Amino acid sequence: MPQPPVVLGIETSCDETAAAVVDGARRIRANVVLSQLEDHRPYGGVVPEIAARAHVLHLDGLIERAMAEAGIGFDDLSAIAATAGPGLIGGVMVGLTTGKALAAACGKPLIAVNHLEAHALTARLTDDVAFPYLLLLVSGGHCQLLSVEGVGRYRRLGTTIDDAIGEAFDKTAKLLGFDYPGGPAVEKAARSGNAKRFAFPRPLITRDDCNFSFAGLKTAVLHAVRELERQGSVTAQDRQDIAASFQAAAGDVIVDRTRRAMAHMPASGGLVRLVVAGGVAANTYLRERLTKLCAEQGGVFTAPPIPLCTDNAAMIAWAGVERLQLGLIDTLDAPARARWPLDPAATAA
Amino acid sequence: MDGWPEGALQTGMGSSPPVPVPAYRTLMLPDLQATARLAAALARVARKGDCITLTGDLGAGKTAFARFFIHAARGRHDDVASPTFNLVLVYAYPAITIWHFDLYRLRTPEETFELGVEDALAEGIALIEWPDRLGPYLPDDRLDITLETMSEDSRAVTLQAGPSWRDRLGHLDLA
Repeated sequence: MPQPPVVLGIETSCDETAAAVVDGARRIRANVVLSQLEDHRPYGGVVPEIAARAHVLHLDGLIERAMAEAGIGFDDLSAIAATAGPGLIGGVMVGLTTGKALAAACGKPLIAVNHLEAHALTARLTDDVAFPYLLLLVSGGHCQLLSVEGVGRYRRLGTTIDDAIGEAFDKTAKLLGFDYPGGPAVEKAARSGNAKRFAFPRPLITRDDCNFSFAGLKTAVLHAVRELERQGSVTAQDRQDIAASFQAAAGDVIVDRTRRAMAHMPASGGLVRLVVAGGVAANTYLRERLTKLCAEQGGVFTAPPIPLCTDNAAMIAWAGVERLQLGLIDTLDAPARARWPLDPAATAA
Repeated sequence: MDGWPEGALQTGMGSSPPVPVPAYRTLMLPDLQATARLAAALARVARKGDCITLTGDLGAGKTAFARFFIHAARGRHDDVASPTFNLVLVYAYPAITIWHFDLYRLRTPEETFELGVEDALAEGIALIEWPDRLGPYLPDDRLDITLETMSEDSRAVTLQAGPSWRDRLGHLDLA
């Protein structure tokens, strides 16, 4: 029996520097993310690894560490996969150039991976989900609904027309005086709050399409905070109530848009499968709402483990495995791309 | 601010008569439509190499202003998402390329080095939210737009024009 392919994945497209080794038998042999390493805890998720030089500084060491954890040498690899976009161009170039250099030096194929495609395919690594499925990608920079019809075959059903949902969480946290990243802080405060106290807007909820909007919700939170400040002080209970009311509104928007998108999906065996990915997929309230939605609609809900929902290199390596198995190999002049929408018909990534 | 005289200033080149142009003015924008009209008026006179900064609190409408500007420059309503997380989103149009920056997440001016602010100014227009993050690297000749929330819909907007903007603003009907 032939050995399953083994792929090294490299991710440097935004704040995270990461390296991982994944094989065709869906085994994650190593998965190293800089901000999650104990010795980098002081920076963990606080100072974004924005500068390309930060990626340069750490990437070689992370690759070495991933290869050592996997217990293999470069000769054992079937291919090298690196994020080629979309993202911050300096960071993308560091990872992609490193991947190209390794591919050239080891005589292995290079696979230039779309970061969004890697998020989209993660549920196939973790749960062996069959095509087609509906992907809800929710993160600090993205808020999209995609019909995932095959490797390289995506149809965008909806996207945000202004802020991404993770940004709405972060900005609400900022207004409430919580630390960055604010998503987990808002979720925690919301648990002790009254979600009915503030009637925040549910933007676009009546619209026929599957698009999102969160700027108006963020502004409504701002006005609620300012109004409380005018009346006196903002108490801990006020903050918890605002957090709960905000999260409920955001949840209603996500559920309504996702429900509409589910109606556009071809049902395989009578069931629509919904997959969630991206950093906001770590929010347990949203996971509960989506689980309930799927139960109501007769759908199946899949949420990969949280460390594989946030940015990581295992998903890049897995996308590499999928593409390698289809013979989708790139040449060493593959470009780094700041913008790279999954759906060619889409006007913005 | 150094080198930013307030009030009337004599400008004008060659044969055209000098026109007194204020370097600094404040307008009231009663609603979102007024904001859209101002953004469109500025987009009509904007050109390659322009640096336009957008300052204001969270929710003041910086990204909304940028969206109206980009829609007007393009002549159609493309998606214009918030660049907060990505730091920069680029709109490469046939007539002009617009780089929409949001430096909110940055801590030091040096972190902006790889974002391509210089490239933006060499090949198109830079719209920059949270420009204070650029510190000493902010270009001198620019248009500073400050938005202040007056009520839910209305905004006070202050335009502060660098040398290359004074003429252009003077010829705009911004009332």
